[in-house]
Amino acid sequence: MSSFAADSLKFRNPQLAQNIAQKIKALAPKKGKVKICHVCGTHEWTITHFGLRSLLPENVEVIAGPGCPVCIVPAAEIDEAVQLARKGVVVTCFGDVLRVPGSEGSLLDAKAAGADVRIVYAVSDALQIAKQEPDKEFVFSAVGFETTAPSTAVEALGNPPKNFSFLTSHRLIPPAMELLLGVGDLEIDGFIAPGHVSAIIGLKPYELFPRIYRMPTVVAGFEPIDVLMAVYMIVKQVSEGTALLENEYPRVVKPEGNPKALEMMNKAFTVTAGNWRGIGRIPDSALQLRESLSDYDARQKFGMRVKQGKDILLGCECHLVIIGKIKPKECPMFMKACTPAKPVGACMVSSEGTCRVWAKNVAVQG
Amino acid sequence: MCLAIPAKIMSLSGDKANVDFGQGVLREVNVSLVDAKVGDYVLVHAGYAIQTLEEKEALETLSLWNDILAAGE
Ligand code: SF4
Repeated sequence: MSSFAADSLKFRNPQLAQNIAQKIKALAPKKGKVKICHVCGTHEWTITHFGLRSLLPENVEVIAGPGCPVCIVPAAEIDEAVQLARKGVVVTCFGDVLRVPGSEGSLLDAKAAGADVRIVYAVSDALQIAKQEPDKEFVFSAVGFETTAPSTAVEALGNPPKNFSFLTSHRLIPPAMELLLGVGDLEIDGFIAPGHVSAIIGLKPYELFPRIYRMPTVVAGFEPIDVLMAVYMIVKQVSEGTALLENEYPRVVKPEGNPKALEMMNKAFTVTAGNWRGIGRIPDSALQLRESLSDYDARQKFGMRVKQGKDILLGCECHLVIIGKIKPKECPMFMKACTPAKPVGACMVSSEGTCRVWAKNVAVQG
Repeated sequence: MCLAIPAKIMSLSGDKANVDFGQGVLREVNVSLVDAKVGDYVLVHAGYAIQTLEEKEALETLSLWNDILAAGE
């Protein structure tokens, strides 16, 4: 066993988890509530999979914000990919993107109807295929937060072949966190910031949360002990009346992030306003390929105009799930009309969508 | 989707590295976003190493927990 594997066992140590839970209990306020919001599908997975909510006192609540980069891609951008696929362009995408509903069906529907849609594990794989089939036109649906955007940047800057372009749907997390603070009745008391987004962007982009909004903010890793520690650190701050930015995940997150990745992103993209499914338009939250790379921007190459799409289907409560206002169980369709096998909303499609995570874990626990 | 997994660099050639995810699972990943050498641990996300890891830091995290928890006694 590598020492990392050994460490990860320590990060799951039940005794340590119990000890932290005790500390949280001791510090939790006697009156009122502490509501902590995370913004990462992997955090939600850790929390539900390991049943961490059951270790917390009743008045310490952890809610899931918009942490699934696939779920928040607006229908209009899925429609663009579907349109291209129907036109005969080979659309490559991550597996999670395949079933995300557009206004009129998903990429999977297009594929079933005969379009050439292929799943790739990495953007480099998509480029590889494009090089092998030079007489076909290829598009990569580039979905993901700051963790994923650098890989798109590397390839966009690396002289892609002429038959290749990117349909970018990258989004940035801190602007979405800031938007959540404006949702009046959400009343968040602290943020758990996503560790792998932070591995790239570092700590600085979160500084405004404690400074301007007096919001305790803790960058956390993804093992159960990481998440419990983050909850403990936030509850401690709340009990002391402080608001600080802390890093629970220094084994991965450096204060400066990954400067090389940031430089690549900056070279490849400009930051613009972007639409988020279920949330709406968020200023400075989307990445667009720079003018110098416009040959590789599918929207420019194929002269597409982003239209309005149908983001939320009738009866689906994704827009409330995405901002953490309701739990999946509170959606009348959850595990009835909407299941992992027959998803209705985007939150049930992606393995990181809150509804999907709950379907796979909470349903089993009862 | 932001899932990232530690792996050890077994060999390097240009921007590509062969990494070991443990238990003999090998894969080629792109390492142009990090400065890493053979034997280093990196965190891999969707085929790209996004950060280097140091074992020392991994252990420091654990002692950080112990400190924090002890301080709260
Ligand atoms: S359970 Fe299905 S329909 Fe309901 S909010 Fe979640 S994804 Fe939408």
